[in-house]
Amino acid sequence: MSSETKQILTTDGIPLEVSLKKAEKKNKIKAFLLVAPLLLFIIITYVFPIGDMLMRSVDDKMVTEMLPKTFKSMEKWDGQDLPPEEVFESFYFDFQKLIEEEREGKLSTQLNYTKNGFKSIIKKLRRKSKSFEEGNYKEQIMSVHRRWADVEYWRAIKRRAPAYTYQKYLKGIDMYENEKGEIINVSEDRRVHRILWMRTLEIAFFVTVFCFLMAYPIAHLLATLPMKYSNLLMICVLLPFWTSLLVRTASWMILLQQQGIVNDFFVMIGLVSDDNRIEMMFNKTGSYVAMTQILLPFMVLPLYSVMKTISPSLMRAGKSLGGTPFVAFWKVYFPLTIPGIGAGCLLVFILAIGYYITPALVGGASGTLISNQIAFHMKSTLDWSFASAMGLMLLSGVLVIYWLYNKLVGIDNIKLG
Amino acid sequence: MSVNKEFVRFDKVDKSYDGKVLVVKDLQLDIAEGEFITMLGPSGSGKTTCLMMLAGFETPTNGEIYLDGNAISSIPPHKRGIGMVFQNYALFPHMTVYENLAFPLRVRKIPKDEADKKIDKALSMVSLQGFAQRMPGQLSGGQQQRVAVARSLVFDPQLVLMDEPLGALDKNLRESMQYEIKHIHESIGVTVVYVTHDQSEALTMSNRIAVFNDGKVQQLSSPDELYEKPVNSFVAEFIGENNTFAGEVSDISNGRCKVKLANAEIFANPISVKGKGEKTTVSLRPERALINPSDKMDNIHKGKIEEVIYHGDHTRVRINLLGNSEFILKIPNSSSNLDIKLGNEIKIGWNSGDARALDPI
Repeated sequence: MSSETKQILTTDGIPLEVSLKKAEKKNKIKAFLLVAPLLLFIIITYVFPIGDMLMRSVDDKMVTEMLPKTFKSMEKWDGQDLPPEEVFESFYFDFQKLIEEEREGKLSTQLNYTKNGFKSIIKKLRRKSKSFEEGNYKEQIMSVHRRWADVEYWRAIKRRAPAYTYQKYLKGIDMYENEKGEIINVSEDRRVHRILWMRTLEIAFFVTVFCFLMAYPIAHLLATLPMKYSNLLMICVLLPFWTSLLVRTASWMILLQQQGIVNDFFVMIGLVSDDNRIEMMFNKTGSYVAMTQILLPFMVLPLYSVMKTISPSLMRAGKSLGGTPFVAFWKVYFPLTIPGIGAGCLLVFILAIGYYITPALVGGASGTLISNQIAFHMKSTLDWSFASAMGLMLLSGVLVIYWLYNKLVGIDNIKLG
Repeated sequence: MSVNKEFVRFDKVDKSYDGKVLVVKDLQLDIAEGEFITMLGPSGSGKTTCLMMLAGFETPTNGEIYLDGNAISSIPPHKRGIGMVFQNYALFPHMTVYENLAFPLRVRKIPKDEADKKIDKALSMVSLQGFAQRMPGQLSGGQQQRVAVARSLVFDPQLVLMDEPLGALDKNLRESMQYEIKHIHESIGVTVVYVTHDQSEALTMSNRIAVFNDGKVQQLSSPDELYEKPVNSFVAEFIGENNTFAGEVSDISNGRCKVKLANAEIFANPISVKGKGEKTTVSLRPERALINPSDKMDNIHKGKIEEVIYHGDHTRVRINLLGNSEFILKIPNSSSNLDIKLGNEIKIGWNSGDARALDPI
């Protein structure tokens, strides 16, 4: 008993634990140095950008910095009636500074996001403010345009006071915060994002299903065929990986367009009449077909790697014990492939949910996904914070799916290879 | 009670995988009901193929297999009702031991309480009570083995096939499992067809052994006969240890023949030689040769000790005898054999009846 409680010493008299730690230290440092480049790479290319994206999506400092005095004096204003003279005065000084720096245009753009109608009245204010006299700025500003005398516009300015905002996230699900601080839906004809989210989920889901249905038999063949045939088949499966994504998508366009090969064939065998060709391109069908083909290897490979490990004697055992081939498959083989199914489905779904090039090229108006919308805001409207917000929503959506999968199937059950 | 002598019957069965080479050639084999028969042979000799044809996973290229009088070539495996133990056990890894055993009963739609009784019985037969809820991965190799045996027996098949079931176990466990399987066979009287390449396994367990080589049954007989009276050089060489002399028959008379070696003549028992001038290989078991023999033996020769290996209960001695430097002797450990020293010349003798003149290698 005493030996258990007594500290074990090495022959040199150093406690064993200390000695062990010392011995292990070198190995630990070595191991860390080995992973350090990759760690650094991940931090630079993954953690920073995502952190930056998060900051950008909630960042609303621009207006806060442009009108520092105004927001300070507005702190005391309750927002019920028109603000006091003090607020007008500080707004005037802030505004003069912006004119000097030629930044008043940006202010008008930003404020216009919050409430329509700021653009023209700020332009007018710039012109008129040159001839402003000292004192009683409230009267002078209000006389520039009647909107400057409207308390709604001042409330709109006050709403931009905080340096951070979640407005972009609300916008991402077609909602906004109105003047009274209530969160409400945008009018029905302007709800574009919800449709896109739903369509993204729908397409990702069905692409996953199609991929699964096609990949399962292929993977099974790959795993059971003799080497010389399975190698050839494997090359066929991997061939898409060796071809540029753009080339593949373009070839689908050639195949599926209305004057394309598939339609020509349908007309030839009399399935459809020449003036009634099927539209398979620039709509959802195009997205489904092209995405399924492109994502198929991501389903085949995890399934294959799992099926390869299932001993053929298990199926034989199932049959010799009296199970029909179907029973042997369903009760023995299929349950053993679930880790592969999980991995493949998760992989394909997550890839599909953020897919960009293919839907952009073949999706048309009814086949574009949320990622295309994100790209649109990055490139065309330059509303990066909105793009970031949607990107983060997509990311958290993926994390939710991952969490759900973990709850339902268990993430330890996954097998990628 | 009459026992069906032709419970399983291979009738002129041929099997070829590629249309060029026959893996099984013209196999004719009857297996009696309740018998424990072992198919023994080196790898590639066709024994596993025979088992797979019987189980239904391979179809005979030619000929027919009968089970209890019925041709079974057209019956799919799951309708044959043959229990099978696989080389790597083939337990279903995602099912508990109980579920593994319940599988054959469930597909036969046996009511649950009856199935439970059968499972209990099968598990107690392999002394694994209390393991029903374990997963196969939590069991040791030997335990998995027993589950596999229990599973192959739980649905009361008349015939059980075992395909090198002990191959993956260590030596001690393998030996105890050999006895265990043998006892199970004796207690329930099921017919067992057992495939192995391990001769000691075959000798301990079987009623009869079919020695396979090159797609053919070389000899089918009881273990003792197989060891004592091999009918050809392959069997003599494959089963047990064997000393050989290659030579030519110079005389044959009164059930005894004279074989001329390179520089001597020995007497042997003519098994597969018919007349003078035939080439032959004489086979002699090491334990049938004695040192310092009595004069009654008709073969007495001198040899030089080349190697002495101490084995505890016996000593193996390698002797250069009549030009064969690989001649092995097994000498029981006793105090009278102290003159066995490296380099000594000793007298060795054996009866011509034990030296079997077989076909030349």
